[in-house]
Amino acid sequence: MSAAAVPLAAPDRPINGVALAIVILLFVLVAVLGFVAARWRRGEATGLHSLDEWGLGGRGFGTWVTWFLLGGDLYTAYTFVAVPAAMWATGAVSGFFAVPYTIVLYPIVFLLMSRLWSVSHRHGFVTPADFVGGRYGSRALTLAVAVTGIVATMPYIALQLVGIRAVLTVLGLGSAENVLLTDLPLIIAFVVLAAYTYTSGLRAPALIAVVKDLLIYLAVLVAVIYLPIKFGGWGTIFDSAETKLGATNPATGKPVGVFIPGAASYSAYWTLALGSALALFMYPHSITGVLATKSRNTIRKNAAVLPLYSLMLGFLALLGYVAIFAGTKPIDLNGTVNPQLVVPQLFLDNFPSWFAGIALAAIAIGALVPAAIMSIAAANLFTRNIYRDLMRPDATPRQEAKVSKIASLVVKFGALVFVIGMDQSAAINMQLLGGIWILQTFPAIVAGLYTRWFHRWALFGGWLAGIVYGTIAAYNVVNPVTKANFGGSIAPIPGTDGQVYIAVVAFAINLVVAAGLSLLFRALKFSDGKDITRRSDYGADENDPKVAQLEREHPLTEPGGPAF
Amino acid sequence: MSSPEMSSPDMPTHDMPTRGPARPGPYVITGILLTIAVVVPLFVPAYSVAEPSLAGMPFFYWYQMTWIPLTSALVAISYWLVSKEDRRRRRAVRDTTDAGEER
Repeated sequence: MSAAAVPLAAPDRPINGVALAIVILLFVLVAVLGFVAARWRRGEATGLHSLDEWGLGGRGFGTWVTWFLLGGDLYTAYTFVAVPAAMWATGAVSGFFAVPYTIVLYPIVFLLMSRLWSVSHRHGFVTPADFVGGRYGSRALTLAVAVTGIVATMPYIALQLVGIRAVLTVLGLGSAENVLLTDLPLIIAFVVLAAYTYTSGLRAPALIAVVKDLLIYLAVLVAVIYLPIKFGGWGTIFDSAETKLGATNPATGKPVGVFIPGAASYSAYWTLALGSALALFMYPHSITGVLATKSRNTIRKNAAVLPLYSLMLGFLALLGYVAIFAGTKPIDLNGTVNPQLVVPQLFLDNFPSWFAGIALAAIAIGALVPAAIMSIAAANLFTRNIYRDLMRPDATPRQEAKVSKIASLVVKFGALVFVIGMDQSAAINMQLLGGIWILQTFPAIVAGLYTRWFHRWALFGGWLAGIVYGTIAAYNVVNPVTKANFGGSIAPIPGTDGQVYIAVVAFAINLVVAAGLSLLFRALKFSDGKDITRRSDYGADENDPKVAQLEREHPLTEPGGPAF
Repeated sequence: MSSPEMSSPDMPTHDMPTRGPARPGPYVITGILLTIAVVVPLFVPAYSVAEPSLAGMPFFYWYQMTWIPLTSALVAISYWLVSKEDRRRRRAVRDTTDAGEER
């Protein structure tokens, strides 16, 4: 791989042999771990032939494993690349909001996720759409949640590839002339990833996450201590950032970016943080991480300790400002400025090759963990809520595992084609839309954890209204420089000029429609749908009997009860 | 253990409670702590200023970073309160089922 790629590098980007060798070495190590993971905490009786085993790692991850797994799952390579890139390019509003976002996330997770864990544990739910189906008995609503999850996850996987590509470009692999050979290392990386995800399921990213997270903590810790000392302290770094972001952009006549948000940006800043926090745990890959835990309290304990990752993300964001001071030049293969190369380039310019190799490997491996979990989560959604619900209601656990494994390959292949075949900005636009869309499943999933007050068709109506508004509003945002649509995720609230995150407005519309239609449908006495969950399910813990067992010991009074 | 929305005719009628009735205290305190952890970091006007800076870092930046460990602590206290109450509720329901085992 390295030997073949050497002569292909663009002349202005020499290959850094030492750094590349370390990246390849760590990648191979991680791949071996991925395959070994199949034997880790293996269920003796069934092997990996069920979704509980393959898709949820046996539902037995304790506090430590979950901390690494969710850390690796939520703080993705794309985050590591895109957040400092946004800081470097336009400053606080588009970049530093990630800090309040990952702060307010955890109280929300604390409140919601243990209830979802309990009801899923009792009924054997594997996906959020499983829960919605069990709670509301509506095929349309289940399908809406499942399809939204799959569609929002696909571009997210594609962006992980964008993260790997940023690392590979900086390392000197790639050429402006030969696109296929540029993408070859990316394809190899993804084929290996697909292979060990296929064999080991969720155990592979869980084990790899430990290595990846330790590497990234090491890289960021060293960077935030060493670089400010090298450059004369944070004061000079922030001064240079203030100067750059305050300068006037000739294309728009406005400042390049925002150093400290003024009153006009307040609402954009906090709605971006809140909307993203509400949306994150609606993504299937986050919920997969939650449902893979051992007990009701594992996720709550993790809500208290996961913020350590947020602290790291905050410092990583500031590396965008360090790069401004250091004069880092993120020049892509075609000669244009690509802000996403800023952090990899900063590492390569300012560290000895061997340490730059470790840091870049941490970012690249950081892409593999979430990509694996996301493909598993999307595959589980397909298997449970499309294959089983619509095509084969009597599918056995073994068949489900088989379908899910194949679906995970298809999903990854789709993401690869997306990144290689289409423009990178298409993946970014889709990811932006995905964030807006996934938040529209919030009312169906979260309201159901607490109440059956909302009518199932009203929730569907709210979802539809939110998706339609969000998509149109996002389309109408025009990039002031390139004049392209989908130019950002901030738009005025209709009828005002207060700039806010589109997803939050769409969410508000969704809630209002769902509440209004619920009142209407209840007045018209529309059928309510069958709810197979019980009040006690929402507080159940690992040692409480599962529904299947309760059915045997205390048969329900009505015949033909739930089939879980 | 039943509330109006839970008693629709489609509901399974048999329910074995996993926990005894809740005491509101711990949940109210937890609610307040978590509300603080969500609302305060989102109240931008309070911190979108440069001074006082800390080690060269403007207030806007170091203040938000400070809220990361603070939130962590608030969630940890909430965890302690809620899990303690949760254990008590489980004990309560175990005691009553053990007493009524002849059923």
